[in-house]
Amino acid sequence: MNAGAASVRAVEPASAVSSIAQRTPLDPESREWLAALRGEGVMRDEAIGRLHALLLRASRFEVARRRPTLPHLRGGDLDDIATEAADDALVSVLRRLEDFRGASRFTTWAYKFALYEAAVKLRKRAWQGREVPLEPESWSVFSSAAAGPDAEAEQSELVAAVRTAIDDALTPHQRRVLVALAVNGAPIDVLAERLGTSRGALYKTLHDARRKLREDLSRRGLDVTEEP
Amino acid sequence: MNDRHDLDDAIRRVLGPAEAELGCDACFELLDRYVELEVAGADADAAVPGLRAHLAGCPACCEEHDSLLALVSGERSG
Repeated sequence: MNAGAASVRAVEPASAVSSIAQRTPLDPESREWLAALRGEGVMRDEAIGRLHALLLRASRFEVARRRPTLPHLRGGDLDDIATEAADDALVSVLRRLEDFRGASRFTTWAYKFALYEAAVKLRKRAWQGREVPLEPESWSVFSSAAAGPDAEAEQSELVAAVRTAIDDALTPHQRRVLVALAVNGAPIDVLAERLGTSRGALYKTLHDARRKLREDLSRRGLDVTEEP
Repeated sequence: MNDRHDLDDAIRRVLGPAEAELGCDACFELLDRYVELEVAGADADAAVPGLRAHLAGCPACCEEHDSLLALVSGERSG
């Protein structure tokens, strides 16, 4: 086990990042990118133009991957989203330039900002105008599946215990977040925006809720140490 | 058969990963390194512990991981 593994105990150990993402020597291409972007005048302007083109390629890649799930959006809308994502990613990359540690190529590091921006925008568009159900009103997956012919007694017992644990072991906020994300399948960015919080904070709530459920199920004698 | 698989999936989504995991912010910070190790055929899970578990518990981060992996893999192979 390395030093990073020791610090990964629960969700959101920010300290784990610094121990894992150590600064490493830059490859020549990444060094060139950084020198140009930290430069001045025409050299910097030209590098920013190349960076925007790179980010636009990544955001268009993401849009193309998700296009089959967004039949209501037209080509023009999708291209606008890709451009906005590249614009926002450019701002993020330039703002965080000093955070680049050389743990990957510069282009891979930059791509993730464009993919993230495009993915978040597309999830929000897909849920635009749709309500995010926060209450346990749609247990259909659990109830219909539990009643199915293949649902075995052990599994039915686990489902019943999970539903009881959700009702008994969680705070109202944890229950709403868990139901919205893990039962109803709402995207985490969409819920974060509507609750006025961040993806990271919301995932922490989800993680805490899951931990409480597992603890509650263990107390009831159910084995939840492995994946179902 | 589908009933049982649907139910397994539903339980997995609710309970999340059993092992220790990173959060979304740490996942984003380390994702580029993790993907490059994967593309290189190295042991990404040993180098970045907790990230694979997070991908199993967070559909959004998982989608972004899959996209970055596809993009970088495509470039390297093309």
